[in-house]
Amino acid sequence: MTGSTADWPLWEVFVRPKRGVSHVHSGTVHAPDAELALQNARDLFTRRSEGVSIWVVRSSDVTASDPDDRDAFFDPAADKSFRHPTDFVLPDEVANM
Amino acid sequence: MSDHLLTYVLRQGDRALVLAQRLLEAITHAPEIEEDMALSNLALDLIGQARALYSYAGEIEGAGHDEDHFAYTRDPHEFLNPLLVERPNGDFAHLIVRQFLHDAWALPYWSSMQHSTDATLAALAGKAVKETTYHLRHSRSWVVRLGDGTDESHERAQAALDALWPYTGELFDADGVEDALVADGVIHPPADTLHEAWRGTVANALEEATLTMPDDGVMQRGGRVGRHTEAFSYLIGELQVVARAHPGATW
Repeated sequence: MTGSTADWPLWEVFVRPKRGVSHVHSGTVHAPDAELALQNARDLFTRRSEGVSIWVVRSSDVTASDPDDRDAFFDPAADKSFRHPTDFVLPDEVANM
Repeated sequence: MSDHLLTYVLRQGDRALVLAQRLLEAITHAPEIEEDMALSNLALDLIGQARALYSYAGEIEGAGHDEDHFAYTRDPHEFLNPLLVERPNGDFAHLIVRQFLHDAWALPYWSSMQHSTDATLAALAGKAVKETTYHLRHSRSWVVRLGDGTDESHERAQAALDALWPYTGELFDADGVEDALVADGVIHPPADTLHEAWRGTVANALEEATLTMPDDGVMQRGGRVGRHTEAFSYLIGELQVVARAHPGATW
Protein backbone atom coordinates (compact mmCIF):
# COMPACT_ATOMS: atom_id res chain seq x y z
CA MET A 1 0.00 0.00 0.00
CA THR A 2 1.16 3.46 -0.75
CA GLY A 3 -0.19 6.80 0.23
CA SER A 4 0.92 10.37 0.13
CA THR A 5 -0.04 11.98 3.37
CA ALA A 6 2.23 14.98 3.21
CA ASP A 7 -0.91 17.05 2.88
CA TRP A 8 -2.60 15.64 5.97
CA PRO A 9 -2.74 18.54 8.42
CA LEU A 10 -1.48 18.39 11.97
CA TRP A 11 -3.91 18.44 14.90
CA GLU A 12 -3.24 19.30 18.54
CA VAL A 13 -4.71 16.76 20.94
CA PHE A 14 -6.10 17.57 24.38
CA VAL A 15 -7.14 14.76 26.70
CA ARG A 16 -9.20 15.06 29.88
CA PRO A 17 -7.80 12.39 32.19
CA LYS A 18 -10.93 12.20 34.35
CA ARG A 19 -14.06 14.10 35.20
CA GLY A 20 -13.47 17.38 36.95
CA VAL A 21 -10.00 17.88 35.54
CA SER A 22 -9.14 20.11 32.61
CA HIS A 23 -8.15 18.85 29.20
CA VAL A 24 -4.37 18.70 28.98
CA HIS A 25 -2.30 18.93 25.83
CA SER A 26 -1.10 15.43 25.02
CA GLY A 27 0.57 15.73 21.62
CA THR A 28 -0.29 15.85 17.95
CA VAL A 29 -1.65 13.60 15.23
CA HIS A 30 -1.90 13.77 11.46
CA ALA A 31 -5.37 13.32 10.00
CA PRO A 32 -7.26 14.34 6.87
CA ASP A 33 -10.15 15.86 8.83
CA ALA A 34 -11.52 16.48 12.32
CA GLU A 35 -13.45 13.22 12.71
CA LEU A 36 -10.45 11.08 11.83
CA ALA A 37 -8.21 13.29 13.94
CA LEU A 38 -10.44 12.43 16.89
CA GLN A 39 -10.24 8.71 16.06
CA ASN A 40 -6.46 8.84 15.63
CA ALA A 41 -6.13 10.71 18.90
CA ARG A 42 -8.25 8.06 20.61
CA ASP A 43 -6.02 5.32 19.22
CA LEU A 44 -2.76 7.04 20.09
CA PHE A 45 -3.43 8.77 23.39
CA THR A 46 -6.14 6.83 25.22
CA ARG A 47 -5.20 3.22 24.55
CA ARG A 48 -4.18 2.74 28.18
CA SER A 49 -7.32 4.33 29.57
CA GLU A 50 -5.73 7.75 29.87
CA GLY A 51 -8.85 9.75 29.22
CA VAL A 52 -12.58 10.30 29.29
CA SER A 53 -12.76 13.11 26.73
CA ILE A 54 -10.69 14.33 23.80
CA TRP A 55 -10.46 17.65 21.97
CA VAL A 56 -8.65 18.09 18.69
CA VAL A 57 -7.76 21.47 17.19
CA ARG A 58 -6.08 22.19 13.89
CA SER A 59 -2.51 23.19 14.76
CA SER A 60 -2.75 25.99 12.24
CA ASP A 61 -5.66 27.44 14.25
CA VAL A 62 -3.52 27.84 17.35
CA THR A 63 -2.15 31.35 17.87
CA ALA A 64 1.07 30.97 19.84
CA SER A 65 3.27 33.48 21.58
CA ASP A 66 6.56 34.28 19.89
CA PRO A 67 9.66 33.10 21.77
CA ASP A 68 11.24 36.48 20.96
CA ASP A 69 8.49 38.13 22.98
CA ARG A 70 9.42 36.17 26.06
CA ASP A 71 10.93 39.12 27.96
CA ALA A 72 8.06 41.45 27.19
CA PHE A 73 5.42 38.84 27.87
CA PHE A 74 6.66 37.02 30.94
CA ASP A 75 9.43 38.89 32.73
CA PRO A 76 7.15 41.60 34.15
CA ALA A 77 5.36 38.92 36.19
CA ALA A 78 8.56 37.61 37.74
CA ASP A 79 8.85 40.20 40.54
CA LYS A 80 5.18 40.26 41.60
CA SER A 81 5.12 37.63 44.31
CA PHE A 82 2.00 39.26 45.76
CA ARG A 83 0.05 37.67 42.93
CA HIS A 84 0.65 34.24 44.41
CA PRO A 85 -2.07 33.27 46.89
CA THR A 86 0.50 31.89 49.32
CA ASP A 87 -1.28 33.38 52.37
CA PHE A 88 -4.39 31.33 51.79
CA VAL A 89 -4.71 27.85 53.19
CA LEU A 90 -6.31 25.41 50.81
CA PRO A 91 -9.05 23.32 52.47
CA ASP A 92 -8.45 19.59 52.25
CA GLU A 93 -11.74 19.14 50.41
CA VAL A 94 -10.39 21.03 47.42
CA ALA A 95 -8.62 18.63 45.16
CA ASN A 96 -6.88 19.08 41.84
CA MET A 97 -5.74 22.67 42.14
CA MET B 1 -25.65 -30.01 21.05
CA SER B 2 -22.17 -29.49 22.47
CA ASP B 3 -20.67 -30.50 19.10
CA HIS B 4 -22.74 -27.81 17.44
CA LEU B 5 -21.77 -25.26 20.03
CA LEU B 6 -18.09 -26.14 19.67
CA THR B 7 -18.23 -25.75 15.88
CA TYR B 8 -20.11 -22.50 16.22
CA VAL B 9 -17.71 -20.99 18.76
CA LEU B 10 -14.73 -22.01 16.61
CA ARG B 11 -16.32 -20.36 13.57
CA GLN B 12 -16.57 -17.12 15.50
CA GLY B 13 -13.12 -17.40 17.04
CA ASP B 14 -11.54 -18.17 13.67
CA ARG B 15 -13.32 -15.23 12.07
CA ALA B 16 -11.87 -12.88 14.66
CA LEU B 17 -8.35 -14.36 14.61
CA VAL B 18 -8.00 -14.51 10.83
CA LEU B 19 -9.21 -10.95 10.35
CA ALA B 20 -6.81 -9.80 13.06
CA GLN B 21 -3.94 -11.58 11.32
CA ARG B 22 -4.75 -9.82 8.05
CA LEU B 23 -4.83 -6.45 9.83
CA LEU B 24 -1.49 -7.14 11.47
CA GLU B 25 0.06 -7.86 8.06
CA ALA B 26 -0.79 -4.26 7.13
CA ILE B 27 1.11 -2.69 9.98
CA THR B 28 3.83 -0.36 8.68
CA HIS B 29 1.99 -0.36 5.33
CA ALA B 30 -0.94 1.89 6.23
CA PRO B 31 -1.04 5.34 4.62
CA GLU B 32 0.14 7.01 7.83
CA ILE B 33 1.55 5.91 11.16
CA GLU B 34 -1.67 7.01 12.87
CA GLU B 35 -3.58 4.49 10.75
CA ASP B 36 -1.04 1.78 11.62
CA MET B 37 -2.04 2.37 15.23
CA ALA B 38 -5.72 2.31 14.38
CA LEU B 39 -5.41 -1.00 12.53
CA SER B 40 -3.37 -2.59 15.29
CA ASN B 41 -5.98 -1.50 17.84
CA LEU B 42 -8.70 -3.16 15.77
CA ALA B 43 -6.56 -6.28 15.52
CA LEU B 44 -5.91 -6.40 19.26
CA ASP B 45 -9.62 -6.17 20.02
CA LEU B 46 -10.26 -9.02 17.59
CA ILE B 47 -7.47 -11.13 19.08
CA GLY B 48 -9.02 -10.55 22.50
CA GLN B 49 -12.35 -11.80 21.18
CA ALA B 50 -10.69 -14.81 19.56
CA ARG B 51 -8.88 -15.70 22.79
CA ALA B 52 -12.10 -15.62 24.79
CA LEU B 53 -13.90 -17.71 22.18
CA TYR B 54 -11.07 -20.27 21.98
CA SER B 55 -10.92 -20.57 25.75
CA TYR B 56 -14.63 -21.25 25.73
CA ALA B 57 -14.17 -23.76 22.90
CA GLY B 58 -11.64 -25.56 25.10
CA GLU B 59 -14.19 -25.73 27.91
CA ILE B 60 -16.91 -27.07 25.63
CA GLU B 61 -14.60 -29.63 24.09
CA GLY B 62 -13.41 -30.79 27.50
CA ALA B 63 -10.14 -32.26 26.20
CA GLY B 64 -7.86 -29.88 28.09
CA HIS B 65 -7.03 -27.71 25.07
CA ASP B 66 -6.20 -24.05 25.65
CA GLU B 67 -6.59 -21.10 23.30
CA ASP B 68 -3.11 -21.60 21.81
CA HIS B 69 -4.07 -25.10 20.73
CA PHE B 70 -6.86 -23.77 18.56
CA ALA B 71 -4.82 -20.91 17.08
CA TYR B 72 -1.49 -22.63 16.54
CA THR B 73 -1.89 -26.35 16.07
CA ARG B 74 -4.82 -26.76 13.72
CA ASP B 75 -4.28 -27.18 9.97
CA PRO B 76 -5.81 -24.72 7.49
CA HIS B 77 -8.76 -26.97 6.66
CA GLU B 78 -9.71 -27.06 10.34
CA PHE B 79 -10.29 -23.30 10.43
CA LEU B 80 -13.92 -22.33 10.02
CA ASN B 81 -13.89 -18.59 9.29
CA PRO B 82 -15.97 -17.07 6.50
CA LEU B 83 -13.89 -16.45 3.36
CA LEU B 84 -14.37 -12.67 3.53
CA VAL B 85 -11.95 -12.19 6.42
CA GLU B 86 -9.13 -14.16 4.77
CA ARG B 87 -9.16 -12.16 1.53
CA PRO B 88 -5.73 -10.57 1.01
CA ASN B 89 -5.22 -6.95 2.00
CA GLY B 90 -4.48 -5.63 -1.49
CA ASP B 91 -4.54 -1.83 -1.39
CA PHE B 92 -5.84 0.25 1.51
CA ALA B 93 -9.29 0.41 -0.10
CA HIS B 94 -9.52 -3.40 -0.10
CA LEU B 95 -8.48 -3.59 3.53
CA ILE B 96 -10.95 -0.93 4.63
CA VAL B 97 -13.88 -2.17 2.55
CA ARG B 98 -13.32 -5.71 3.86
CA GLN B 99 -13.26 -4.35 7.40
CA PHE B 100 -16.39 -2.31 6.84
CA LEU B 101 -18.36 -5.19 5.31
CA HIS B 102 -17.33 -7.28 8.31
CA ASP B 103 -18.02 -4.63 10.95
CA ALA B 104 -21.45 -3.82 9.51
CA TRP B 105 -22.23 -7.50 10.16
CA ALA B 106 -20.43 -7.72 13.51
CA LEU B 107 -22.19 -4.85 15.26
CA PRO B 108 -25.78 -6.10 14.91
CA TYR B 109 -24.44 -9.60 15.53
CA TRP B 110 -22.82 -8.83 18.87
CA SER B 111 -25.64 -6.48 19.87
CA SER B 112 -28.10 -9.33 19.54
CA MET B 113 -25.80 -11.90 21.09
CA GLN B 114 -26.04 -10.00 24.36
CA HIS B 115 -29.43 -11.73 24.67
CA SER B 116 -28.04 -15.21 24.03
CA THR B 117 -29.22 -17.93 26.39
CA ASP B 118 -25.56 -18.96 26.59
CA ALA B 119 -24.21 -16.90 29.50
CA THR B 120 -20.60 -17.03 28.32
CA LEU B 121 -21.41 -15.80 24.82
CA ALA B 122 -23.75 -13.14 26.18
CA ALA B 123 -21.02 -11.82 28.48
CA LEU B 124 -18.50 -11.83 25.66
CA ALA B 125 -20.96 -9.96 23.48
CA GLY B 126 -21.28 -7.21 26.08
CA LYS B 127 -17.60 -6.42 25.68
CA ALA B 128 -17.43 -7.04 21.94
CA VAL B 129 -20.31 -4.72 21.15
CA LYS B 130 -18.41 -1.73 22.52
CA GLU B 131 -15.28 -2.63 20.58
CA THR B 132 -17.22 -3.28 17.41
CA THR B 133 -19.11 0.00 17.63
CA TYR B 134 -15.78 1.74 17.36
CA HIS B 135 -14.51 -0.56 14.59
CA LEU B 136 -17.54 0.20 12.47
CA ARG B 137 -17.22 3.91 13.08
CA HIS B 138 -13.62 3.83 11.91
CA SER B 139 -14.05 1.62 8.86
CA ARG B 140 -17.21 3.46 7.82
CA SER B 141 -15.44 6.82 8.12
CA TRP B 142 -12.80 5.60 5.72
CA VAL B 143 -15.23 4.06 3.24
CA VAL B 144 -17.02 7.40 2.99
CA ARG B 145 -13.76 9.30 2.57
CA LEU B 146 -12.35 6.94 -0.05
CA GLY B 147 -15.60 6.74 -1.99
CA ASP B 148 -16.30 10.43 -1.86
CA GLY B 149 -12.65 11.44 -2.17
CA THR B 150 -10.53 11.73 -5.28
CA ASP B 151 -11.28 10.01 -8.61
CA GLU B 152 -8.60 7.45 -7.85
CA SER B 153 -9.77 6.69 -4.31
CA HIS B 154 -13.34 6.34 -5.57
CA GLU B 155 -12.26 3.96 -8.29
CA ARG B 156 -10.21 1.84 -5.88
CA ALA B 157 -12.99 1.74 -3.30
CA GLN B 158 -15.54 0.65 -5.92
CA ALA B 159 -13.13 -1.99 -7.25
CA ALA B 160 -12.63 -3.32 -3.72
CA LEU B 161 -16.37 -3.40 -3.12
CA ASP B 162 -17.00 -5.26 -6.37
CA ALA B 163 -14.22 -7.75 -5.63
CA LEU B 164 -15.32 -8.46 -2.04
CA TRP B 165 -19.07 -8.46 -2.52
CA PRO B 166 -19.24 -12.15 -3.55
CA TYR B 167 -17.78 -13.04 -0.15
CA THR B 168 -20.51 -11.33 1.87
CA GLY B 169 -23.23 -13.94 1.36
CA GLU B 170 -21.42 -16.48 3.50
CA LEU B 171 -21.71 -14.22 6.55
CA PHE B 172 -25.41 -15.02 6.65
CA ASP B 173 -25.24 -18.73 5.89
CA ALA B 174 -26.79 -21.10 8.38
CA ASP B 175 -26.45 -24.87 8.37
CA GLY B 176 -27.51 -27.49 10.87
CA VAL B 177 -25.11 -26.01 13.42
CA GLU B 178 -26.71 -22.57 13.44
CA ASP B 179 -30.25 -23.86 13.04
CA ALA B 180 -30.01 -25.93 16.22
CA LEU B 181 -28.50 -23.05 18.18
CA VAL B 182 -31.05 -20.53 16.97
CA ALA B 183 -33.78 -22.89 18.13
CA ASP B 184 -32.18 -23.03 21.56
CA GLY B 185 -31.85 -19.26 21.77
CA VAL B 186 -28.06 -19.47 21.84
CA ILE B 187 -27.82 -17.46 18.63
CA HIS B 188 -29.56 -14.15 18.30
CA PRO B 189 -30.69 -13.05 15.81
CA PRO B 190 -31.55 -15.43 12.97
CA ALA B 191 -29.58 -14.80 9.79
CA ASP B 192 -32.30 -12.98 7.86
CA THR B 193 -32.75 -10.35 10.57
CA LEU B 194 -29.00 -9.86 10.62
CA HIS B 195 -28.90 -9.56 6.86
CA GLU B 196 -31.48 -6.82 6.90
CA ALA B 197 -29.54 -4.83 9.50
CA TRP B 198 -26.30 -5.33 7.60
CA ARG B 199 -27.79 -4.26 4.30
CA GLY B 200 -29.21 -1.10 5.86
CA THR B 201 -25.85 -0.10 7.33
CA VAL B 202 -24.03 -0.85 4.09
CA ALA B 203 -26.55 0.93 1.85
CA ASN B 204 -26.47 4.00 4.04
CA ALA B 205 -22.67 4.23 4.01
CA LEU B 206 -22.34 3.52 0.29
CA GLU B 207 -24.81 6.26 -0.52
CA GLU B 208 -22.81 8.75 1.51
CA ALA B 209 -19.64 7.44 -0.12
CA THR B 210 -21.18 7.80 -3.62
CA LEU B 211 -20.38 4.11 -4.21
CA THR B 212 -22.63 1.68 -6.04
CA MET B 213 -23.86 -1.39 -4.21
CA PRO B 214 -23.02 -4.42 -6.39
CA ASP B 215 -25.74 -6.85 -7.40
CA ASP B 216 -25.93 -10.09 -5.47
CA GLY B 217 -24.49 -12.57 -7.96
CA VAL B 218 -22.98 -15.94 -7.25
CA MET B 219 -21.68 -15.95 -3.69
CA GLN B 220 -18.40 -17.62 -2.73
CA ARG B 221 -18.65 -19.87 0.27
CA GLY B 222 -16.79 -22.70 1.96
CA GLY B 223 -14.65 -21.20 4.72
CA ARG B 224 -17.19 -22.08 7.37
CA VAL B 225 -16.78 -25.76 6.54
CA GLY B 226 -13.01 -25.61 6.13
CA ARG B 227 -12.69 -24.99 2.37
CA HIS B 228 -10.48 -21.96 1.99
CA THR B 229 -9.03 -19.76 -0.74
CA GLU B 230 -5.46 -20.25 -1.93
CA ALA B 231 -4.07 -17.33 0.03
CA PHE B 232 -5.24 -18.85 3.30
CA SER B 233 -2.52 -21.44 3.76
CA TYR B 234 0.13 -18.69 3.61
CA LEU B 235 -1.71 -16.72 6.26
CA ILE B 236 -1.88 -19.74 8.57
CA GLY B 237 1.74 -20.60 7.79
CA GLU B 238 2.88 -17.20 8.97
CA LEU B 239 0.54 -17.21 11.95
CA GLN B 240 1.83 -20.58 13.19
CA VAL B 241 5.47 -20.66 12.15
CA VAL B 242 6.97 -19.76 15.52
CA ALA B 243 4.62 -21.99 17.50
CA ARG B 244 5.34 -24.90 15.14
CA ALA B 245 9.12 -24.37 15.18
CA HIS B 246 9.26 -24.10 18.97
CA PRO B 247 6.33 -26.07 20.41
CA GLY B 248 5.44 -25.03 23.92
CA ALA B 249 8.09 -22.30 24.04
CA THR B 250 7.61 -19.55 26.60
CA TRP B 251 9.41 -16.32 27.39
